[in-house]
Amino acid sequence: MIGLGAYLTVAAVVFTIGVLGIFLNRRNVILMLMAIELILLAVNINLVAFSAYLGDLTGQVLAMFVLTVAAAEAAIGLAILVIFFRRQGSIAVDQVNRMRG
Amino acid sequence: MHPILLIVFLPLIAAIVAGLGGRWIGKTAAKTITTGALFIGAFLSWPIFFQYIGGHADAVVVPVMTWIHSGTMTVDWVLRVDSLTAVMLVVVTTVSSLVHLYSWGYMEEDPGQPRFFAYLSLFSFAMLMLVTADSLVQMFFGWEGVGLASYLLIGFWYYKPSANAAALKAFVVNRVGDFGFSLGIFGTFLVFGTVSIPSILHAAPGMAASTIGFAGMRVDTMTLLCLLLFVGAMGKSAQLPLHTWLPDAMEGPTPVSALIHAATMVTAGVFMVCRLSPMFETSPTAMHVVTWVGAITCFFAATVGCAQNDIKRVIAYSTCSQLGYMFFAAGVGAYGAAMFHLFTHAFFKALLFLGAGSVIHAMHHEQDMEFYGGLRKQIPITFWVMVIGTLAITGVGLDVAGGIGFAGFWSKDAIINSAWVSGSVAGTIAFWLGVIVAGMTSFYSWRLIFLTFFGEPRWAASEHIQHALHHVHEPEGAEGAGHLDHAPAHAPLTGTGGYRPHESPLNMLVPICLLAIGAVFAGQFFHGIFVGPETAPHYWNGIISFSRELAEAVESSALWVKLSPTIAMLIGLWIAWNNYIRDPSAAGRFVATFPAVYRFVFNKWYFDELYDRIFVRPALWLGRLFWHGGDEGTIDRFGPHGAAYAVGVGNRITYRLQSGYLYSYALVMLLGLIGAASWAIWWAK
Repeated sequence: MIGLGAYLTVAAVVFTIGVLGIFLNRRNVILMLMAIELILLAVNINLVAFSAYLGDLTGQVLAMFVLTVAAAEAAIGLAILVIFFRRQGSIAVDQVNRMRG
Repeated sequence: MHPILLIVFLPLIAAIVAGLGGRWIGKTAAKTITTGALFIGAFLSWPIFFQYIGGHADAVVVPVMTWIHSGTMTVDWVLRVDSLTAVMLVVVTTVSSLVHLYSWGYMEEDPGQPRFFAYLSLFSFAMLMLVTADSLVQMFFGWEGVGLASYLLIGFWYYKPSANAAALKAFVVNRVGDFGFSLGIFGTFLVFGTVSIPSILHAAPGMAASTIGFAGMRVDTMTLLCLLLFVGAMGKSAQLPLHTWLPDAMEGPTPVSALIHAATMVTAGVFMVCRLSPMFETSPTAMHVVTWVGAITCFFAATVGCAQNDIKRVIAYSTCSQLGYMFFAAGVGAYGAAMFHLFTHAFFKALLFLGAGSVIHAMHHEQDMEFYGGLRKQIPITFWVMVIGTLAITGVGLDVAGGIGFAGFWSKDAIINSAWVSGSVAGTIAFWLGVIVAGMTSFYSWRLIFLTFFGEPRWAASEHIQHALHHVHEPEGAEGAGHLDHAPAHAPLTGTGGYRPHESPLNMLVPICLLAIGAVFAGQFFHGIFVGPETAPHYWNGIISFSRELAEAVESSALWVKLSPTIAMLIGLWIAWNNYIRDPSAAGRFVATFPAVYRFVFNKWYFDELYDRIFVRPALWLGRLFWHGGDEGTIDRFGPHGAAYAVGVGNRITYRLQSGYLYSYALVMLLGLIGAASWAIWWAK
């Protein structure tokens, strides 16, 4: 029987990878989207692990919602990315600083 | 209603109407209103004067309205008329109305006539308030009012930088005097608990020999108060060392010089000392100071007057010198003689100034006597009235059959004799200085006449005359910068240059001739009531500290004392005649023999340079220190400029933070989140 702690450890590791993926990634925006997916995935692991641990299905229902939202977010993110690439000719993160004042 | 109300307030109303409404009612109406107001005042003043001469009137106090009631301090607007005020009323309204009339001609072409006449009337109002004051505070109101009017009129031609500078100088130098005057008023209120002049004079003898703490020392109360008040008189009456503004004030139009800087305002100091004479009598020290200051100013100004070339400056220094006479008369206790000289001086000095104005008018605004000469045939009326004025100021007269002579003969001799019979050291020195100055007065006055009216014309070298010959006539006051351009190098240095001086119009000649009548007869008619040992005590009636013993001693003084001013006058006349008529090169030879003396006197004893070093430059230095160091270096630097700089620095830092990279924003969000979560978990219990 694999304990709750192992699940939480995996989730923490995945979450940390996702966060670092956002900050340390300098190449392109797709990686950033993928990192966000990792973070959501880590959350999902937590939700499901606690759901099973506590015997409460609400967590698993919520995980399904998160999956849906993640899919929609990935679709919209990729669509924005395509349009952005058409405008800028590049999706390198270092060149995306149009918010600079 | 007492006529004094009309005398005082008609000029004020006229000044307001002409000054504020001149644009709508037009210059002729403005001139008529102001001149009319002053003539009404003059016609009402003379009967008042004659009532007091006839002994038919006592001091009258006319309340106008309440002013200040605060604690024990009570000051109301009250007009006081007594025999002393009556003299000043006559002087002020007569000279002022004649100067108003004269200005019709003199200021004919000036574009700012309503303003000019409004200022003149405003001045007359302030001067009348001064002389009718029943309290020191009201006197101070008039005192400042005449100062303001003087400032406005000196700077009347505001487009001339020299006029602006002169106006400022007059104002600033008078501030020094007024500071003393106001301290004197404060001190008087402190000591007597009132500012009402009759109450103060009543209580003054009781305060003699008491002491008061001042600047960390115990000093005699009355000496301190009198000296502080006298500082005010020195400023207003251009006495050494506060005299420097008066010659510069000649930048104003000539009628202003005649009215304000000769006949009326500058005599306010003498009037004040006489008005407060019972107070000054309680302090022999203060009296000595008054005598010394008067005598030294009298001598100093006369020496300077001997060397000036500007016709108005000669008369200005002459005024300064004559005021010195009045002060040392007051200093030796001869207040009647001081007021007498004030009275006669008003006539002949206004006459001389208006005559000089007539000459300047004829010579197309040329004021330098170097460029006059031979004018007596061209402008004969002006010549003769100027001669009358000169005879009056030099004191021509004979001591036979009770005496017969021009105005100055009576008043100046009364002063000089009083100084002798007073017997004190200061009085004796004042006597000798007075005699010497009588000779110098004669010299510079006749020098003025000889240079102006006699000899060969020297007009051609004058820029103003050249200007008149080659250009269309310009309004008065438009001269100044730029005229140098017109001086042709090939012009002959002597001769008429083809210029024809024109006699002044009737409205200028009538006032001069009326003043000439005063200059001839004012001494002869009125010496009894001013200084006569029998009649004067009745006239003054305790209003001023008239000393009957002194007047009697003057009457019976030794013959050589009586004759000495006349002898000095004749010597001065002879020197002037010798130097400027018999041998015109003599003056130049004197200058060549004693160049240092000439330079010293010509440069006014270097007072202006001295003050420039001692006061003006340090003041400018201090001003620059506060400007650059205090204002710019401290307040601006740490105040507005510092705040703006701090905002800029903050902006530059936050600007760097805003990189525009999504990941750095996300990092900051994360750090913030971690911080907030940590705080929530560990510290927010």
